[in-house]
Amino acid sequence: MPTTQMAYDTAHLIGATVLMMGFALLYQRRVTAVIRTYSFQAMALAAAAAWQAYVQEAPHLYVTALIALVFKGVIVPLALTWLVKRLGMHRTVETALGIGPTMIAGVGLVALSIVLVLPVTAGATSMTRENLALAMSVLLLGLLMMITRRNAVTQVVGFMALENGLILAAVGARGMPFVVEISIAFSVLVAMILFGIFFFRIRERFDSLDLAYLETFRGERQ
Amino acid sequence: MPLALTFDPLLLILGVPLGGALLLVLIPSWQVAAWLNILISAATLGGALSLFVVRPEATPLFFIDDFNIYLVVLTAFVGFTTSAYSAAYIGRESRAKRVSPRHLRFYHAMYQAFLFTMLLALTANNIGVLWVAVEAATLTTVLMVSLYRTREAIEAAWKYFILCSVGIGLALFGTILVYLAAEPVMGDGTAALAWSLMITRAGGFQPELISLAFVFLLVGYGTKVGLAPLHAWLPDAHAEGPTPISAILSGLLLNVALYALLRFKMLIAANTHALQPGPLMIGMGCSSIFVAAFMLYRRGDIKRLFAYSSVEHMGVMTFAFGMGGTVANFAGLLHMTMHSLVKSAIFFAVGLITQSAGTKRIAEIRGLTVSQPFLGWSFVIAVLAIAGLPPMGIFMSEFLVVSSTFAQTPLLAAPVIIGLIVGFGALILRLQGMAFGEPSVLAGYGETVRQSGFKRAVGMAPLVAHLALALVAGIYLPDPLVAWFQAVAKLLG
Repeated sequence: MPTTQMAYDTAHLIGATVLMMGFALLYQRRVTAVIRTYSFQAMALAAAAAWQAYVQEAPHLYVTALIALVFKGVIVPLALTWLVKRLGMHRTVETALGIGPTMIAGVGLVALSIVLVLPVTAGATSMTRENLALAMSVLLLGLLMMITRRNAVTQVVGFMALENGLILAAVGARGMPFVVEISIAFSVLVAMILFGIFFFRIRERFDSLDLAYLETFRGERQ
Repeated sequence: MPLALTFDPLLLILGVPLGGALLLVLIPSWQVAAWLNILISAATLGGALSLFVVRPEATPLFFIDDFNIYLVVLTAFVGFTTSAYSAAYIGRESRAKRVSPRHLRFYHAMYQAFLFTMLLALTANNIGVLWVAVEAATLTTVLMVSLYRTREAIEAAWKYFILCSVGIGLALFGTILVYLAAEPVMGDGTAALAWSLMITRAGGFQPELISLAFVFLLVGYGTKVGLAPLHAWLPDAHAEGPTPISAILSGLLLNVALYALLRFKMLIAANTHALQPGPLMIGMGCSSIFVAAFMLYRRGDIKRLFAYSSVEHMGVMTFAFGMGGTVANFAGLLHMTMHSLVKSAIFFAVGLITQSAGTKRIAEIRGLTVSQPFLGWSFVIAVLAIAGLPPMGIFMSEFLVVSSTFAQTPLLAAPVIIGLIVGFGALILRLQGMAFGEPSVLAGYGETVRQSGFKRAVGMAPLVAHLALALVAGIYLPDPLVAWFQAVAKLLG
């Protein structure tokens, strides 16, 4: 059993790695690089979950770690890469907001979550506090990516990054029940999204996965 | 009575639709599946009604209290009537070759799976299970919305999927925050997420954390309720899916999401130091009423028109629950029930209309009362009911919302009244064109008109039943029902 201080420091280090990967996702210019970065983020998340499992002596979190490692770290990136090839999608990331402004907005969001979370959790243990701030930053960065990136694949990756933030928050909450069930439920959701892209052949139907095409659809097309 | 003690209605309510979904995947013939679908829904309704006789003990996972029992019954009832309507509707669609038998197999299985997830959400005691159920409800409906496989349907399904997934994600974050706020008081383990235990000790939760949690929950579950400005998915999903699905989306799913939000509202209201959830809900409610009321004017698509009307009514309910107090809560509960019944009735009528007219464009649908008198007049009555004309139930609930608001804060009543009047105008304007005047050519399947006897009756019966219930509720609410609505309203605070 590691000392409390070391448990905190390591948890924060791993959490910060997840956050760094969240930033790295924002400045990638190629879709394959986005997918690879996501894979790294998922692996860092797996490490975070495993560390929490060890520190909290909660063996069920190892299942969450395993799901993060195998499903999100390996299977999903492989499936996405295959999809991009198979459906012949654009290989470059199309942005709605340039990379510089996106990064600045990202820094702003991290600051926001720190400002928001730290005073609110004054009563909680420092483990929970900083972990929550990190998790919320990852979540908001995922949301930012969904908003500022146009291709459906990058949006999906943004959603999965958001979800990584959620799992990070859930594993950090000491003794939270249902974490495993929740991560399984999310994996089903992600699998469905990937399946949906393939099954609906969004590429073929819309000629492009660029969601700007979706935006032309306001339903009042007459 | 040892028999009554061992009988657990929850098993019936949750087990039947789940088993039904698995069974329906295996049935290749859609005709058989449609009949089975009705039977399964009827059995579920039976299970729901048995709750009045035998109320199961609360466990950390499931519980039944005065509040959710009525939503369970309402959900099972509308699920049953819609399954009957769906059988007739899907039959016509299938003969017109708009859907393939393979897709129909999934459709019926998903229908039951969807009912299962909603009932699971309603009976869940554990807020983690509640979240998983709402997520699963999204998944099952996405598959049904995309049934027609047209470009528009897939776009609508995709939009629905992505927006609601984000909403669901934020709701989960809120749930985690609630756990963190509760953990010092409740300790860890499954009990820490059990609502019925949390509510007794909510006063000791960390107020700041639970306030932050509520913001996430409001945005997250609010997306699913369809509150403006988070409603973008709603009109598309309603318009492009098959009409029976529009009926249960509007009539049931939105209620379930609002129910989830209300459970959390009760937790936060029980904590005197936390932020007041009321003003936030009032704000979201007002914006929904306003946005939807003005949006109603420019709709060219009949299903989209009523989808926006759903946004408006969910706004009214959120507003009422945000106001709080016994009368406003009573009005909100009544409105929830009436809107479920009337809005699904409208979609039943709209389905028949679009099938016979062969178009969803309002401009091309004219003179329904002349060309199809029974359907046309039912439609007129249903639209007048949803617009809030007496003597239907919606008038009563809206009247109560407005009058209780006047009693508490008169200024807040103004936006609601204006929004309701604007929405009323839009609906009447559209109704006039569609219902009266020179009838347009019925370019649809034709079958709807020619079809006679039993099948036509099955198609129309749910519509008539819903309208009759709404009418009865508007004229006379039985005393036990009133007393019981009041008890729930008190519970809601």
